Amino acid sequence: MSNYTIKGETGEWEVVIGLEVHAQVTSNAKLFSGAATAFGAEPNTQVSLVDAAMPGMLPVPNRECIRQAVRTGMAIDAQINKWSRFDRKNYFYADLPQGYQISQLYHPLVGEGSLTIEADEKAGIAEAKRIGIERIHVEQDAGKLMHDQHPTMSYVDLNRSGVALMEIVSKPDMRSPAEAGAYVRKLRAILRYVGSCDGNMEEGSMRADVNVSVRKPGDAFGTRTETKNVNSVRFVMAVIEGEAKRQVALIESGGTVVQETRLYDPDRNETRSMRSKEDAHDYRYFPDPDLLPLELDDAFLDECRASLPELPDAKRARYIGEGISAYNADVLTAEVEAARWFDALLEAGAKPVAAANWVTSELFGALNRLGKDISESPVSPAQAAELLGLVADGTISGSIAKQVFEKMLESGDGAAAIVDRDGLKQTSDTGAIEAEIAKVLSANADKVAQYKGGKEALFGFFVGQTMKAMQGKANPQVVNELLKKALG
Amino acid sequence: MTDLTNLTVAQIRDGHRAGDFSAVEVAEAFNANVAGAKALNAFIVETPEHALAAAKQADADRAAGTLKPLSGVPIGMKDLFATNGVQTTAASHMLEGFVPRYESTVSQKLWDAGAGMLGKLNLDQFAMGSSNETSYFGNVISPWRRKDGGPNLKEGAALAPGGSSGGSSAAIAARLCPAATGTDTGGSIRQPAAFTGISGIKPTYGRCSRWGIVAFASSLDQAGPMARDVRDCAIMLQNMAGFDAKDATSLDLPVPDWEAALSGDLKGKKVGIPREYRLDGIDPDIDAMWDAGIAMLKDAGAEVVEISLPHTKYALPAYYIIAPAEASSNLARYDGVRYGLRDLPQGAGLQDMYAATRAEGFGPEVKRRIMIGTYVLSAGFYDAYYTQAQKVRALISRDFTAAFETCDVILAPTAPSAAFGLGEKTADPLAMYLNDVFAVPASLAGLPAMSVPAALNREELPLGLQIIGKAFDEQGVLNAGLAIEERASFTARAEKWW
Amino acid sequence: MAIDQATVRKIASLARIAISDAEATAMEGELNGILGWVEQLGEVDVTGVEPMTAVIPNTLRLRDDVVDADPLTGGNRRDDVLANAPEPQHGFFGVPKVIE
Ligand SMILES: [Mg+2]
Ligand SMILES: [Zn+2]
Repeated sequence: MSNYTIKGETGEWEVVIGLEVHAQVTSNAKLFSGAATAFGAEPNTQVSLVDAAMPGMLPVPNRECIRQAVRTGMAIDAQINKWSRFDRKNYFYADLPQGYQISQLYHPLVGEGSLTIEADEKAGIAEAKRIGIERIHVEQDAGKLMHDQHPTMSYVDLNRSGVALMEIVSKPDMRSPAEAGAYVRKLRAILRYVGSCDGNMEEGSMRADVNVSVRKPGDAFGTRTETKNVNSVRFVMAVIEGEAKRQVALIESGGTVVQETRLYDPDRNETRSMRSKEDAHDYRYFPDPDLLPLELDDAFLDECRASLPELPDAKRARYIGEGISAYNADVLTAEVEAARWFDALLEAGAKPVAAANWVTSELFGALNRLGKDISESPVSPAQAAELLGLVADGTISGSIAKQVFEKMLESGDGAAAIVDRDGLKQTSDTGAIEAEIAKVLSANADKVAQYKGGKEALFGFFVGQTMKAMQGKANPQVVNELLKKALG
Repeated sequence: MTDLTNLTVAQIRDGHRAGDFSAVEVAEAFNANVAGAKALNAFIVETPEHALAAAKQADADRAAGTLKPLSGVPIGMKDLFATNGVQTTAASHMLEGFVPRYESTVSQKLWDAGAGMLGKLNLDQFAMGSSNETSYFGNVISPWRRKDGGPNLKEGAALAPGGSSGGSSAAIAARLCPAATGTDTGGSIRQPAAFTGISGIKPTYGRCSRWGIVAFASSLDQAGPMARDVRDCAIMLQNMAGFDAKDATSLDLPVPDWEAALSGDLKGKKVGIPREYRLDGIDPDIDAMWDAGIAMLKDAGAEVVEISLPHTKYALPAYYIIAPAEASSNLARYDGVRYGLRDLPQGAGLQDMYAATRAEGFGPEVKRRIMIGTYVLSAGFYDAYYTQAQKVRALISRDFTAAFETCDVILAPTAPSAAFGLGEKTADPLAMYLNDVFAVPASLAGLPAMSVPAALNREELPLGLQIIGKAFDEQGVLNAGLAIEERASFTARAEKWW
Repeated sequence: MAIDQATVRKIASLARIAISDAEATAMEGELNGILGWVEQLGEVDVTGVEPMTAVIPNTLRLRDDVVDADPLTGGNRRDDVLANAPEPQHGFFGVPKVIE
């Protein structure tokens, strides 16, 4: 249970949150036309006659968009509806060329599913929580309006018009900004694992409509407001916090929350009512007569299922099963690129626990320093596996491994080659080690006396001095044994 | 030399092929007729140069031995089909001056088959109407004139050519073109054909691509040919039909050679006569024609059986919910943003611009249907109206399926009356709608149906018989139509007065 | 369900059609006439009947995910798209300023 509450004058209020996430489906062409979907093109160049709603134009659905939505549904264990339909949502706006959006109201492609957010003590999420997902439907994106290019005109760019979106509608199952943030992050991770959406929130590939209401614990749901098109996790959390407080203050001062659409202004960190859209609430949904019902066969569904990768939860469980800590497993599975990199490392023969520790500390640390993504890592999984292999088989020590890794990052050379070239191999040559021990003990006769007098903590000092004399290349176990013998 | 404009499509095609005349001679003859028939107002745009260019190509192709199925045949194009570089208006002020940069699939197929375009034919605005009186560019006048029909019917009064394909029907009847395209949403090919003594077929829904045809009601709209006889309808249809990947409702079926399989011999066929189409108080001339048609089909070897289509009575009200609902949404794109009319009153915002543009650009009948459609889809009314209508539609379709278990084709009148006078029904929208009572059921069920001229009434105006077939059985429809055509020997034509 | 002037105005507003008082009055009568007539559909027993979805048995075909495979349904034709625009502006469609 979340213990997040808003403290008002009349007591504590619980916040109820539902999210409608619009995720752009990864596809080459639009949902109902052959125009390209690439981001950032010249205005109105990626617009077909169909997208501009010229007279007599007709929609024909893109198989890949349907396939990606189905795969996404499977990834959240949802009911996949083999029979679905497209409906028209009718309203007038300059970014909506047809005068209706083709969407799915009555019979969506994907029915109920869920995802799980992990416990996060720091964020106040005490334990893992399952968040219900009501449905996923497929629909068209609208175009874009620009208001700042002309004193009396707005400009319409239809490049986005008709791009495929999945609208992923959660149940009102979240109770704190942190839970909502974790939900969006988890959803984004799943979409990126599946490959159905690039999750790029800055480019608008993912944006959320945030439904917020407040109630006294145990009461029925309050009236909700919907804040549209919030495009970062941070903003989603800020909207919830701000909106919950606004609603509590409003109710406590004798007002009532009206069900309305609101807009978030990140610069002022506040929401305001979008009165301009209020009179357009009668959308007159009806089945699109240009499109027949969408019927999916088993072969199509089988292919969708077979093409799904291992998903974050399964991967996390597998890692933990291999002895990796829950914390490291979370870190490694949060981003699909990191998880893929780590899997390649395991595949190349690295031992899971050591590999996880090395990736989360050494590799991530180095990438952070270099300002690089894991996809740009100068060291490949195979090269890293070679390095970790040298540690595992005792060829080099952990501390030497750090040096070798730095050299790998600088030169791009392989670990074994560097160890060979620079003579960094760890030695178990007892003669050479014994000789260095003898020197260390004679140079520190006072400390030897203290040790023998009972100050056993000095043992570590002798190990360090011997290792230093051996330039780090002595096998620490052998050093230990020989030192014990020498100190009798 | 014979008047080339009296020839049928088949005769023009065959005569041109045989070298009896050149395609240019044919095009020039029709161009001259078009130019001389302004009084009929059948065309919104005349394109004599297009017809001539196609004719020159046809003559060259003949010399080269590369003739196409419609080489040398000029036709009229209903102004609902987008034509690349030629104004396309749907007879509305909204699209006045709109010049598409694309060609509809059906018109492209016709040009690819060698046909030439004489011009863009007038119609009811956005194909909404049964008399052609809703056109922004003025109504078409039928070439037909009434003989003395009694005290209530003025002799010689201007008559409606039917609608919405009234420009097509009038132009063919007046020999301005040998054939034309039409579209049929609730009778818009069949009723005007019946009113003007020509033939027309609406194929199975999905046979002809809707891509590039200005939409009225998507689940009903279907293109088809209009021509002087059944053979010409078959020739035209097989050059219009065919699968189109750009239309998600297009039927992925091969196009049969309907012309080659034409036969007026109906031995072994059963013809159904729907009991519910015998309306009380119907014009006795219509009843008499129907009975004569039954006799003709018996004579052609068919067995006649009585059938029942119990939900017939509800077809028209269902249609007047479904078609306006779809239209209200299909016509939302006419908003003054991307093409067509824009009316921007001083200081108007975006939503005011929409309202002003649409008030100015749509005629009264279009507005009426958009209003009805908007109402029946609005919150609280959707299920009572739209869902109920789609359920009734399913029942109407079921009626036909059941009937076709006992018969192969259905015979009925095309319309409940002959052509009415212009202005006679404009005051009462409902009276106008009732004119489609026999045509609408087949539209709702997506079935192929055609009208063939069968008789003259007592005012010496043409009357049409309708044949409705099973889905995909255009051949059965055409063959029954041919059997009637062979026996009705309908040769009457409008006397030239224009 | 008879509709009144206010309803006529509401529908006209939803449909974005400006109407005068005279038109609203005329339309009130016409719409009531038509709607009164279509209401006879309510008599039909439709128990167990699914609303019609496809008039001819046919299933929805899906398109391959290929850009500009057919120029008629592909992009890269801004000139054609803007050719009939009432207010083309630097490659955009111009509309009166919208305040969101
Ligand atoms: Mg929403
Ligand atoms: Zn949406």
